[in-house]
Amino acid sequence: MKRRSLFLNTTATMGFIFLYAPMIALVVYSFNKSKLVTVWGGWSLKWYGELFRNDQIIDAALLSFKIAFISASVAVVLGTMAGFVLSRFSRSRGKMILSGWISAPLVMPEVITGLSLLLLFVAMESAFGWPAGRGTITIIIAHVTFCMAYVAVIVQSRLSQMDETLEEAAMDLGAKPSSLFFLVTLPLIMPAVISGWLLSFTLSLDDLVIASFVSGPGNSTLPMVIFSKVRLGVSPEVNALATLMILVVAIGVIAAMWQMRRQAKLLERQE
Amino acid sequence: MIETPSDSALEASPQITELPLWKQEGATPFLRIENVTKKFGDFTAVDNISLDIYKNELFCLLGGSGSGKSTLLRMLAGFESPTSGRIIIDGVDMSGIQPWKRPINMMFQSYALFPHLSVEDNVAFGLKREGLGRTEVKQRVAKMLDMVQLDHLGKRKPHQLSGGQRQRVALARSLVKRPKLLLLDEPLGALDKKLREETQFELINIQEELGVTFVVVTHDQEEAMTLATRIGVMNHGVIVQTAEPHDVYEYPNSRFVAQFVGSVNLFEGRVIEDQPDSVRINSQEAGAVLYVSHGISCAPNQKVHVAVRPEKMRISRQQPDQQENCVCGVVEEYAYMGGLTVYRVRLASGKEVRVTQPNISRASSERLTWNEQVYLFWDLDSSVVLTA
Repeated sequence: MKRRSLFLNTTATMGFIFLYAPMIALVVYSFNKSKLVTVWGGWSLKWYGELFRNDQIIDAALLSFKIAFISASVAVVLGTMAGFVLSRFSRSRGKMILSGWISAPLVMPEVITGLSLLLLFVAMESAFGWPAGRGTITIIIAHVTFCMAYVAVIVQSRLSQMDETLEEAAMDLGAKPSSLFFLVTLPLIMPAVISGWLLSFTLSLDDLVIASFVSGPGNSTLPMVIFSKVRLGVSPEVNALATLMILVVAIGVIAAMWQMRRQAKLLERQE
Repeated sequence: MIETPSDSALEASPQITELPLWKQEGATPFLRIENVTKKFGDFTAVDNISLDIYKNELFCLLGGSGSGKSTLLRMLAGFESPTSGRIIIDGVDMSGIQPWKRPINMMFQSYALFPHLSVEDNVAFGLKREGLGRTEVKQRVAKMLDMVQLDHLGKRKPHQLSGGQRQRVALARSLVKRPKLLLLDEPLGALDKKLREETQFELINIQEELGVTFVVVTHDQEEAMTLATRIGVMNHGVIVQTAEPHDVYEYPNSRFVAQFVGSVNLFEGRVIEDQPDSVRINSQEAGAVLYVSHGISCAPNQKVHVAVRPEKMRISRQQPDQQENCVCGVVEEYAYMGGLTVYRVRLASGKEVRVTQPNISRASSERLTWNEQVYLFWDLDSSVVLTA
């Protein structure tokens, strides 16, 4: 027993070190006083100060948050609808195909998603002039497409666990299918919807590859700015920025997990 | 909650002479099921059922799992539509009418309480859908919760309630809309034995008080017996027998009903003497000629079954005076159950017979024991001939 727990502890520690050592290094170096990234010059918050005076970075951050917010919100609406249809598509062969299709964006290489979206946007522009050029709109559309798939999968799994007689009971008590959705189904899948939103938000905030394909000039998102800065040489400013992003993403992920746990508890209660 | 009828109440029952609606010629049924069939692919869940249920009835559909009883109930509620046939409620053809427009409410087996709503809001759900004013909703919810004795728990969520309380919330929720017809799917299935007995009587009281027609689906024959005005016994999508509980038990029309409702001993035999008001059957299994005091329509020498309920048999060491309906065997097993003793007796033919005897005497010396030679006998009118 003792030996086994020792083994478990070692494995866990090594796993966590492997996962988090790079990030810890990054966080520590973001407080480095020295201008040279690789040389430790004592603790300082100066690069955070520099960061907030850098308009390019601040603008990119604001744009990223805006895109993430809008994409997550749209993706949640569409994804919930898709997930709902998927779980209520009664035992037909269509369901198999449809659910395969909806989860395809999850496993599709980002480069391919980005490239195909770019081609679509260009074709659309030449066909009927919309979207005119690439920019915020196209990034949002692109992010919605892949975030939606995540939301759909989360919502569908929640719905498939839900007792369908609840909906029948609501109908029996006089609720039309339209009002039934908002009165019974939606409140019950709310935790899944919220965690879907949070996940979409962080995914959108993280995305570099797809955004690079579909963005236009002057519409650089934060990951794009970081990437271009790093190519010119790593500056301590970027470390500070990356630390802040880790913080935001971590909060998002933790919130999403907390929602999932709440949902699991809610399910237990229904038993 | 359990009210044992006092003597005065028994004497004072007024309309004792009035026939129940289903026995009156030409009475209009409240619910009419007309040649209803439901198929799922190749599988026929409900096979051409016709059934009339009358106002204020508490009708039980009794059957095992897969007998089609739940499918029939779901068609009444509108969750499934019949492949063919019609359902008419209070003179209105229900085909094409959506579940939310039917004058029916259902109490689900799982209760299906909305977990995100409080008890009050669960009960109010149906009333709000009708667009009633806030004060009226509140009044009716309060009255209903009062009736099911949950007025003090209105603010709780379903998961904070016990099984019995949830069951009463579900009942209140389905009754508060004052439906013409209430469907109950295994209403007592999830309750423990003591609570079941209490709730059975409560259900009957509520049904009588509100004058709602109840259709109950159950697999539990005891539940059906205590609740129902009439029972429809279902098997393989067909109603095998529709009758009052007493008749279902005492005069089953087929081997299936006899075996499904209560336990029974069946003796196979051939008709040797067929009189208008009695039959004699030679049964190899029983090792005797059995006499049944009612006529049957059958061909001479036809193979039939004689059904005798275990409690209608008597068991004795001494040969009884009666010549008819007496068989002998050996006690193979017995179980003392307090009020009753159940014996398993093996006849000479190898047939096993189940006999239950009330333990009238306290003395243990009189008790029969293993391997004792015994006689089993029953009254001439205690058995039933089953041709189906």
